[in-house]
Amino acid sequence: MESTIVKAINYNAYFGDNHVCKNVNIEIPRNTTIAVMGPSGCGKTTFLRGINRMHELIPNATAKGQIMLNNEDVMEMHPIFVRLKIGMVFQRPNPFPNLSIYDNVIAGYKLNGIKLPKAEKDKIVEESLTRVALWKEVKDSLTKKGSFLSGGQQQRLCIARAVAMEPEVLLFDEPTSALDPISTSTVEELFHELKKNYTLIIVTHNMQQAARVSDKTAFFYMGELVEYDDTKQMFTNPSDIRTQNYITGRFS
Amino acid sequence: MNTDRVGYKYRIGKNIGFQALITALACGCVVPLIFILVYILKAGITKINWHFLTNLPKPVGESGGGIANALVGSIIIIAIASVIAIPFGILCGIYLSENKKSKLAYWSRLCIDILQGVPSIVIGIVAYFWLVKPLGGFSGISGSVALAIMMLPIIVRSTEETLLLLPDSLREAAFALGMPFHRVILKVIIPCGISGILSGVMLSVARIAGETAPLLFTAFGNPYLSTNIFKPMQTLPLLIFNYATSPYNDWHDLAWGASCILLIWVLLLNIFTKLITRKWKVQL
Repeated sequence: MESTIVKAINYNAYFGDNHVCKNVNIEIPRNTTIAVMGPSGCGKTTFLRGINRMHELIPNATAKGQIMLNNEDVMEMHPIFVRLKIGMVFQRPNPFPNLSIYDNVIAGYKLNGIKLPKAEKDKIVEESLTRVALWKEVKDSLTKKGSFLSGGQQQRLCIARAVAMEPEVLLFDEPTSALDPISTSTVEELFHELKKNYTLIIVTHNMQQAARVSDKTAFFYMGELVEYDDTKQMFTNPSDIRTQNYITGRFS
Repeated sequence: MNTDRVGYKYRIGKNIGFQALITALACGCVVPLIFILVYILKAGITKINWHFLTNLPKPVGESGGGIANALVGSIIIIAIASVIAIPFGILCGIYLSENKKSKLAYWSRLCIDILQGVPSIVIGIVAYFWLVKPLGGFSGISGSVALAIMMLPIIVRSTEETLLLLPDSLREAAFALGMPFHRVILKVIIPCGISGILSGVMLSVARIAGETAPLLFTAFGNPYLSTNIFKPMQTLPLLIFNYATSPYNDWHDLAWGASCILLIWVLLLNIFTKLITRKWKVQL
């Protein structure tokens, strides 16, 4: 299998006339964790949402260029198939409030009208919840509504929901910025586990988090991908002055 | 700081006075309803019995008689009006909440707002020219259409407002799982907003249950029991209007009883709406 799973080629994203992502070129290897960091408004979230074509759901938003998933251009695929292959976890935990914990995990199947035998559903739910280290906490309350969980548990439930679809890539849009420090560290530990099966792309404001969890780091500034390198290299010896200024805290 | 300097006692007094005023005014709002309830229940409740609900009105001079024709007519006309207005209203509300800024949304929102302000008698006249004249006579169905037009703005606006309150993150969660638009709407958006949508529907039914003006020249009224929607039909408000303005005491009694039934009906609908909203409310 080829080692590159996601590749952006001259990717440009716009909100109306506002050029948010400028000519982004990046290659992301399989089964790695990529941290995407940069100051607010630098286009990192827009780039992330471009990968599974969530970007174009916003009115006025357009995109040019190519995003290749396994050498297939996602811009030519139907967005629905793209999103089945590329899962996403959002900044704020957003479990479906009308569904139980159990149904939230298999929401991707249930709400898409994919019928599964009960035994298989049970298996998916248990496996997905185990993978996000939530099974032990909720196994006795699977029929309760997902919104009764704490914020950190809800976020792990949302990760389980994305994992249950067996995607190839998981996108995280500042997944811990709405969580307390303990939940944050639980989620961060998860990243190490999830990396074995998936490719993770994590947008984060938090440089320490980027340094802790990622193999490679991409630094965005004013819509450009300034630097993309091994995390260790990036934090010890950045090649671009803007990266250096950012990680030393001259601007944020 | 010395509190006397700012007129401490005077300010506390003013505070108490203001609170007493708003409490008194809040109580004042309840008085008319209680007055109406007591008055109509006192006059009407004694007339209501099984005989009253299941029999036709008697001709002048004979005592007794009931309002079966009006009850059946009201139920049929409102049911058909609901069948027409509910799908239109809910779908339009969904469109408005999903396409906040489109031109079509702007114009339909404007039209819905104006429609809400159109006097009910005007809607009756329009239904008369659209349906009664072409169909060649008064009919229950034309009354249903007139009432459906009245229900529409209430359902549209309540659906739209309910769905606008749902966070965008919910839509995004659904889209990110690869759900197509129609499934996002049917499986996520509507179930999450169902309590608000239903309460809008129930309130619109309660609202039209007592409408008289649009029915005057559409359903027209009928002293006999009729279930043919293409023929004139009796309804509760029409019965009340006709019998209350008549010079006969027996008919006045019927009108009081019918008012009481109508009042209980609307009251029950409102209470039911509250219960549904509470029970089906999705905790976001």
